[in-house]
Order: sequence, then structure tokens, then C-alpha cells
Amino acid sequence: MIKITNVSKHYGDFKVLTDCTTSVSKGEVIVVCGPSGSGKSTLIKCVNGLEPFQAGEIFVDGTSVGDPKTNLSKLRAKVGMVFQNFELFPHMSITQNLAIAQVKVLGRSQEEAMDKGLKLLDRVGLKAQAAKFPGQLSGGQQQRVAIARALAMDPICMLFDEPTSALDPEMVNEVLDVMTELAHEGMTMMCVTHEMGFAKRVADRVIFMDQGRIVEDDSKEEFFANPRSERAQQFLAKILHH
Amino acid sequence: MYEFDWSSIPGALPFLWEGMKVTLVITVQAVLIGIVWGTLLAMMRLSPIKALSWFAAGYVNLFRAVPLVMVLLWFFLIVPEFVGQLFNIPRGTDMRLSSAMAGFALFESAYYSEIIRAGIQSVPKGQISAASALGMTYSQAMRLVVLPQAFRNMVPLLLTQGIILFQDTSLVYVSALADFFGAAYKVGDRDGRLVEMLLFAGAVYFVICFSASLLVKRLQKKYSTA
Repeated sequence: MIKITNVSKHYGDFKVLTDCTTSVSKGEVIVVCGPSGSGKSTLIKCVNGLEPFQAGEIFVDGTSVGDPKTNLSKLRAKVGMVFQNFELFPHMSITQNLAIAQVKVLGRSQEEAMDKGLKLLDRVGLKAQAAKFPGQLSGGQQQRVAIARALAMDPICMLFDEPTSALDPEMVNEVLDVMTELAHEGMTMMCVTHEMGFAKRVADRVIFMDQGRIVEDDSKEEFFANPRSERAQQFLAKILHH
Repeated sequence: MYEFDWSSIPGALPFLWEGMKVTLVITVQAVLIGIVWGTLLAMMRLSPIKALSWFAAGYVNLFRAVPLVMVLLWFFLIVPEFVGQLFNIPRGTDMRLSSAMAGFALFESAYYSEIIRAGIQSVPKGQISAASALGMTYSQAMRLVVLPQAFRNMVPLLLTQGIILFQDTSLVYVSALADFFGAAYKVGDRDGRLVEMLLFAGAVYFVICFSASLLVKRLQKKYSTA
């Protein structure tokens, strides 16, 4: 589904990503973790071409992301993405947020889009908020709407970029629950997150990044039981202490 | 001691109203064209295409570095010659209003584009990312997501610029066009009551502009609490 081969990216002399290689098969759930500044968010943004990269190749569903001939908008319409800061459109109601891309990008009718939006809103438990605006919802609710908005496009896979990092602690679980349910339904997911509990429960594989390199890429059992690199051991020791 | 005599004002009101209409026409069309052309300029300025960005930057810097009176004079003296030849308009046709309108619109676009550019940049970058991630093209993201938010943030500034423009229209006196100020001057001069007439005209400008800016302030408060 997603194939990342020797991807490197730099800003001038500063290397953000160095020689990253991994892949995600259909139905797989991958958690990408690592210290801040390790390049994990950048890597996930390269997958749908929001960040350009200078070397290597990324294929999503057989389409090359780095190829200048690729119609990136078309590709992105098939790849759902959820952001750290939700990024709902504040000037539109929740239903409009859910409908707009369905109508303008996929060419669905307004009614069809509204219908689909309401169904998904129900699924994330927010049907009652349909007429509200994003500013009237809590962070956790906004993020659930953002997930529903991405799902409305019938994506072939979902990218999560630290979806719970900007949330108050008591709202983290409502978002993780939605993600867990999604994983159980067989969605292909690539999640940048520090939620190791989520990784242990849901992930098939864990990727650990440090200084722009993929240091570990293992099954979650292997990763949590005996991480090979010293950096990952330190990271886990710190993060699992709490 | 100067003796004020206001008696000539009531009789002059219809003539003054004609002038006010010219002032309003110039103001409104310059605001409208200024916002549309200014938006295009702002988008060119922010565009990744170098040539467009340079053109917009050059345009804005040129108009912002030249006094408005001079721009109006160019349009009054030079442009009608060219346009007249181009479209075969007979010499001596009165093109003062259209040259003034063109001058103001093109000049104000430069200022509006700077306001709009700041407005576009005030919308968080993540909004474009989110729109793109949903498969929108750059122009869809701009049109549907960024510009509506930018304009909402900008409304007070755009209106304030409109108030300044309303006052600046008095500069059309360089082409002897009878806007509100010009009409007041002409009538006052004719009746030998220039001082009274100009004081009256000043009071009218003050009342209109001051109440308009109060309105903008109220609007601003409403938006900032919303």
C-alpha cells in the first residue's frame, strides 16, 4: 500500500531525513515514534506529498509521490490525514466541514455528502454537534470530527500526525478509541504518536526514528520486549516510566 | 472681525449633492476594483511563480512610492491621449471622471493588496495543508478555505482604507472635477462665501468619516468577541 524507499530530505545542510526505507501493507497499523525533531512528522507528510523530498521514492497504491507528473491532489484525495491541531475549517459548520471536499473534490451531490457526513459523525459519537462550528467543540471533539472528515473521502489509508499531542489528557482516550475501532475494521494506518499504550494494543509494527533515520522497524512484540538500539531503549525507559 | 454668513448654504445643497454623488461613485468603484484587483495582486505576490510575484511586488512598490496627486495627474493628462487614440474617441471628450476612477482604482489596489496579503498570511499554514490533504487544488484551497477566513479578519481594515479613500477623493480637484469638495469650492467662490462653504464641507466630511469609523470599531468588537 505504502512503500518508502531510501527517502532523504534536507533543508540546506540540515538533514531532516536520511535514507528512510519501510513499507505498510494493506490493513496494517504502523506506529511511528521517536524523540521530537527525529523527523517522524516530516516522514509521514512526505507520504502524501505535503513535504517534498530530494532523494528516494515513495509509492502509494502504486503511484509515485515524488514524480512531478503525478497529480498530487488526486492522490491526496485517496489518503486521509489527521493533524496535530485538527485544522478544521473554522468558518464552516461541522457538516460543511465534512461535506466540502466530498462535493468539490469527489463531485458528490450536496445531499449525498451531507448524508455520508452525518453517518460518520454518528460513528464518532458527535451527531448532536452537526450544526455547530469548530470553535464551539472541545479539542477531543474537534479531532474526532477531523477523523470523520478524512473518512468521508473513503480513503484507502489514513495518516495520523500526532493526533493526541494537542489534547488535554482527559480527551486523549476518546480519540484513541475512534482510532482503535478504525484499526479493528481493517483500515491501513500510519500513526505518528507517543501513545505507547495505543501502540501496544493496536499496532502491528513499530518504527522508531532518531535524527532523521529509521532506527528500528519491528513487530510491536519485538520492539517493546527487546529494542535493539540504545536510543530506543532510552526512549522507552523514559516514556514507559509514567 | 470676519462676519460669518451661512445663508448661501441651503440654496447650494442640490449642487453639493451632485458633487457628493461623484465622490461616492469614485469611492465605491475604487473600493470594489481595489479589493478584486488587490486580491489578485496579493495572490500573485504570494505565488511560487517568480514572474508573477515580481510583477505584483513591482506594481505595489511603484504605486506606494508615488504621491496620489501625481498618479491622478498622469491619468488626467497622459492616459486620455492614449486611450482616445486607441479607441478613436474624439478629442475634447470629457474623460475626467473615468480617468479619476481609473487612477484611484489602480492606486488603491496597491494598498488593498498589502492588506489582503497580510490577511492571507494571518491564516495558519495548517489550513492549506488540511485542504490539500483532502485533495483540494491550490486554487480551491485558496478560494474555499483561506480567502474566506482572510477576509473575515480583514473587514475592519478594508473599511478603514475605504474611509481614507473617501477623503482622498477630494484630490480630484487637480482635474477640476466637481466632487463634493470641488462643488463646495465652486459654489463658495461664486457666492463669495468660500470660508463658510469650506467649513461646511469639512464638517460634512468629518461627520461621515467619524461615524463610519465608529461603525467599524463596533463591527471590530463584534467580530473579536464572536
